[in-house]
Amino acid sequence: MKNLLERVRDGEILVADGAMGTMLMDHGLRPGEPPESLNLTRPRVLEEIARLYLEAGADIVETNTFGASPLRLSSYALEDKTEEVNRNAVLAVKKAAKNRACVVASCGPSGKLLKPYGDTEPEDMYNSFQRQMKALISAGINAVSIETMTDLKEATLAIKAAKATSPSTPVMAAMTFDLTPKGFFTVMGTSIEEAARGLEEEGADIIGSNCGNGIENMVKIAKQFKKHSKLPIIIQSNAGIPEIKGDKPTWPETPEFMAEKAKELVSLGVSIIGGCCGTTPEHTRTLRKMVDLQR
Amino acid sequence: MDILKEISVRLQQGDDERVCELTRQAVEKKVPPRAILDEGLIGGMNIIGERYKAHEIFLPQVLLAAKAMYAGTDVLRPLFVKEGMPAIGKVVIGSVQGDLHDIGKNLVGIMLKGAGFEVIDLGNDVPPERFVETAEKEDAAVIGISALLTTTMPVMKRTVDLLEEKGLRTKIRTIIGGAPISEEFAKQIGADAYGYDSTNAVESVKRLIMANESD
Repeated sequence: MKNLLERVRDGEILVADGAMGTMLMDHGLRPGEPPESLNLTRPRVLEEIARLYLEAGADIVETNTFGASPLRLSSYALEDKTEEVNRNAVLAVKKAAKNRACVVASCGPSGKLLKPYGDTEPEDMYNSFQRQMKALISAGINAVSIETMTDLKEATLAIKAAKATSPSTPVMAAMTFDLTPKGFFTVMGTSIEEAARGLEEEGADIIGSNCGNGIENMVKIAKQFKKHSKLPIIIQSNAGIPEIKGDKPTWPETPEFMAEKAKELVSLGVSIIGGCCGTTPEHTRTLRKMVDLQR
Repeated sequence: MDILKEISVRLQQGDDERVCELTRQAVEKKVPPRAILDEGLIGGMNIIGERYKAHEIFLPQVLLAAKAMYAGTDVLRPLFVKEGMPAIGKVVIGSVQGDLHDIGKNLVGIMLKGAGFEVIDLGNDVPPERFVETAEKEDAAVIGISALLTTTMPVMKRTVDLLEEKGLRTKIRTIIGGAPISEEFAKQIGADAYGYDSTNAVESVKRLIMANESD
């Protein structure tokens, strides 16, 4: 089987899965409970969620390891369990994927701020990412997805840690942008052009954006990534910005709306299209149909 | 350059060492500590707040300026031993249960301190009882609650309800904020204000305190 990077480089458009957090809550994660704690207590739930996205037609399923770097886990006093948390998540998704889909390891921000504006030494952050990467890669993944990054320096430390652990494992790196009157910037002030250059220079194989925006802004973000980089692009859109109806938050972008707008991502040449916060297996299913029809 | 102006300028550049040094010099020159605080440090942070709001600068510059501000206030603190650091009001802030995304809340804390408030930051995972108990004990005028996850939003309502049960609703005001929060949600749960960003939150807290004082 061709690996993820080869498929993308051959011009295939891949569909990635959708939100994890809301799915975990539907499966019994209680408010206040760290999402990664389920990896220790109920890994079967992770298998089930992966299966739902696979049945919906996802080519890529992500592991429940967004917050599983030891620095981040230390907020829950779970850092000693780093290896187990990461390994269990990979094994659960692999069981569901049965070699028919790409198992991609999610790696989110450390939750710490780097010096000089924060208190964390770059070396400590790097070591934290590397410990997570070692656990993920030794459990047998197809690629790493470094995501929801807002600090370019932090993103590059994560890329470096992944590449140092396994030069052959494909690395995707996605950042989260806000639309300001002066264009798209991360909260730390990184522009799309700077992100594209910085992530590519550090050795990321696929770059792009996830979270923070609905599909319409994501199309604009993808356009700029295309302008500033020749690398394959990944876009994982939120289902819009949540609105409160009654006492429950609802996400405004329906699967149909998202898939219709995502046609523009296909025509822009985006390589991987998936969902982030607020999306469901129904969004995956509709994106799948759209991508298949565009071929 | 006037030394207070220079403190403000260096603070805006995030030069904590220079701000510390200049604040010491100002004290030695017998500049009233209150003026150093208001015109130098808070003056500089106000400009930072405005420039952040206008998207001229980003989070790192705000964080660096805040570090410089703390370097200056650390020098001044011993001079206010008797009366305590002057503050225009006391605010208890925190992120609600299960919410680990605290950059927004920290930013509001920085901006509030920068505007001259005393801020008690309870950190993350703060249950409703702790918000209310702390505000009562510290005689705080406002509780500020942040949430980024939609699932943690009900905790905000419980905090407001708890104030109501204790008959504190008119004494301790509430302001809420965070990505999934809206003005409509604030009204719905009975919070007194909604801060759509950190500078707006500071303006709203000022308004709440003024309204309470004129009651």
